[in-house]
Amino acid sequence: MSELYDIVASSAFWIAVLRIATPLIFGTLGVLLCERAGVLNLGIEGIMVAGAFTGWLAVFQGADLWTGVLVAAMVGALLGLVHASLTVWLGVSQHVSGLGLTLLAASLAAYAYRVSFPTVSSPPTIEAFAPLEALSAVPLIGPALGAQTAMTILALMLVPIVGWTLQRTPAGLAVRMAGENPAAVEAQGLSVLAVRTSAVMAGSALMGVAGAFLTLSAFNAFFFNMVNGRGWICVALVVFASWRPGKALLGALLFAAFDALQLRLQQSSGLLPVTLPYQLYLMLPYLLSIVALVVMARRAAYPQALMKPYRKGER
Amino acid sequence: MTVSAGQALPALRLTGISKRFGSLVANADIDLELAPGEVLALLGENGAGKSTLVSILFGHYLADSGRIEVFGQPLPPGDPAAALAAGIGMVHQHFTLADNLSVLDNVMLGSEPLWQAFSRRRAGRAKLLDTATRFGLAIDPEASVGRLSVGERQRVEILKALWRGARILILDEPTAVLTPQESEQLFETLSVLVREGLSLVFISHKLAEVLRVCDRVAVLRAGRLVAERPARGTSRAELAELMVGRSVQAPTRLRRAPGEVVLDIDQVSTPAGRHGRLDNTSLQVRAGEIVAIAGVAGNGQQALAGLACGLATARRGRVTVTGEALPARPRAWISRKVARIPEDRHAVGVIGDLTVWENAVSERLHTPSFSRFGWIRRAAARAFAISLVEGFDIRLSGIEVPARTLSGGNMQKLVLARALAVGGSEAPVLIVANQPTWGLDIGAVAEIHRKLLEAAAAGAAVLVISEDLDEIMTIADRVAAIFKGRLSAALPVEEWTPGKLGLAMAGTSPDAAEHIDAA
Repeated sequence: MSELYDIVASSAFWIAVLRIATPLIFGTLGVLLCERAGVLNLGIEGIMVAGAFTGWLAVFQGADLWTGVLVAAMVGALLGLVHASLTVWLGVSQHVSGLGLTLLAASLAAYAYRVSFPTVSSPPTIEAFAPLEALSAVPLIGPALGAQTAMTILALMLVPIVGWTLQRTPAGLAVRMAGENPAAVEAQGLSVLAVRTSAVMAGSALMGVAGAFLTLSAFNAFFFNMVNGRGWICVALVVFASWRPGKALLGALLFAAFDALQLRLQQSSGLLPVTLPYQLYLMLPYLLSIVALVVMARRAAYPQALMKPYRKGER
Repeated sequence: MTVSAGQALPALRLTGISKRFGSLVANADIDLELAPGEVLALLGENGAGKSTLVSILFGHYLADSGRIEVFGQPLPPGDPAAALAAGIGMVHQHFTLADNLSVLDNVMLGSEPLWQAFSRRRAGRAKLLDTATRFGLAIDPEASVGRLSVGERQRVEILKALWRGARILILDEPTAVLTPQESEQLFETLSVLVREGLSLVFISHKLAEVLRVCDRVAVLRAGRLVAERPARGTSRAELAELMVGRSVQAPTRLRRAPGEVVLDIDQVSTPAGRHGRLDNTSLQVRAGEIVAIAGVAGNGQQALAGLACGLATARRGRVTVTGEALPARPRAWISRKVARIPEDRHAVGVIGDLTVWENAVSERLHTPSFSRFGWIRRAAARAFAISLVEGFDIRLSGIEVPARTLSGGNMQKLVLARALAVGGSEAPVLIVANQPTWGLDIGAVAEIHRKLLEAAAAGAAVLVISEDLDEIMTIADRVAAIFKGRLSAALPVEEWTPGKLGLAMAGTSPDAAEHIDAA
């Protein structure tokens, strides 16, 4: 057991946890915003790919890193607008539209990449975000923070910002009400379409940023399959979080911790008397997420109008 | 509540409002005025265009033509925000509240600019408490709406409008969901509102309460304004005739001595489910009598209905039909001639996207009359459907249309016809009817009642579960009230007064109620 303790006590472990958690935090907050307004957005997986590619491409073409993040956010918002126009305006099935968007966005990104770089064999690279070493001076968590980039700090700061916006601002109240009872939004003189569309676009922008983190901070190049199911994890984490930003952060960190742990368990042979196939270790975070999800989702209070299209004047 | 004659400026003036949905004329050239401080009733059957008219008024719909003036100012059409700003408040029939949010959240939504970085909750709360005190509508601003009773939720819905400074309040079927006592409280609130200078539009199809609370009655029929009368000097009979367009014959009761016990529910408890539970409940229904269960929704009616037609099983106690305990399979009950009229005809009664004839045979698809070697006998099924349509005067364009295209009354007649045909050529033994006339207009209600009375006269035991006290008083021989899964004694209908029944529905025992009636 001392080996397990060594792993968890090492700063390298916590550095990895924060790095793995960052895209999950962005993505989960994004899904949360959409769902709080009553719209399931399964486009996240594709939006993350599109954000990863466009953000990286902008930087590769000479833009600075933050512009790259902004481009990814705008592409995300635009794809969110596509999802919103189908699901919010036309009332199309949110599952179908979301999955379609994932296929469309991921394929478009792959296509654009092939068109832009027809001949390269190894992926071209950029100068990614550098770690903020000044933060190493923070007591206790300094070593873990100092190895992170500004995007991780942004993700951590977004948690209270999104929480405040939802709970304490008139706009946040409108979003929550649109997810609970859209007829009430309409009866109080607001436009359900506008509220839901804005929330979906804002959430999708965060998903785009989640993707951009992979190419602009975690790595310095764009690969196919680099999102690799992270979007779906975010969808599950929102249920785990009972649609609350603070718990979403907790869930993202928990999942990341399991992921970081399994990577290290694979390498440390002495922990168990028998050698297990590495696939079992790979399963660990997903398995534990399912268990956590089952436990937490039992008392989750779904937004009452989630996945219910609203048409003006209909009951 | 009097109209002062010759008001210069009406609170509300509608001129030439018309609205069509496809080929349906929902409103045709309606002119209407509301004087300040007046209570105007908008009376009409379902589909007469009442809800469309007020939806146009509040901006939910855009009228095809016509104009609206509020205190002399033209109201921009199709914009609820403009209606709110002009001082129009609306208490929707289906409350526009979010259960998981607090009363204050529900009230304040939309009242502040959306770009504001924080919400002025303290000021909003003070204003809410102020409004509540002024109008005598006590409420806890931080309570979660989902925990409030139906009456309290309606109070929140009214407070929402008052908080926004409404001077004209539209109430869409406000008593439909209330117990008699809660209705009384509402009427008191309404008189406070009028005293404070508000003008009210009161939408209803209940004639008695319209005559009681309103100054003037406007009657809509098939989208047209057919009559306007001062409430004083008109009668229920006159209004009913105006609403329906012909005189309505209330069904007459055919009394006969009840026969032997058919349905016997003996000290039954059911596990708590989504729709309430039963707690050590006993009830007997005899052949030839109609026993009605009165109660506010969610007190175990669904559990009772499920139990009486084989959809649910008891955890404790015994349920027998003509002395026999039937297995917990609905099909076994159907073949023993137990007829079921479920509560929600859209959700449970019919399958909307299937045709009328498919729905007609859906309960007996397995019988040899309608299937052979696993194939549907379509000709027999169609002939059966046609016999139901003709026997019950169901108005439709053909048995091949999807059932959802039928109007509420015709859909319910289809459900009833199918249920009563359960015995084939013989009459059903037991009829379990849950909210049989919910949402139907006077004409259709009378027909459904007549059919149920005929079935009882023909020897069926009938269990009717209803929230409509008028219905219960009209058709029942004996009445019991249900509250939190417990039934009061099933007394003959003559021994109940509406007040006594209302108290029993709220859980006060009839004996205690008697004392209150006496006091």
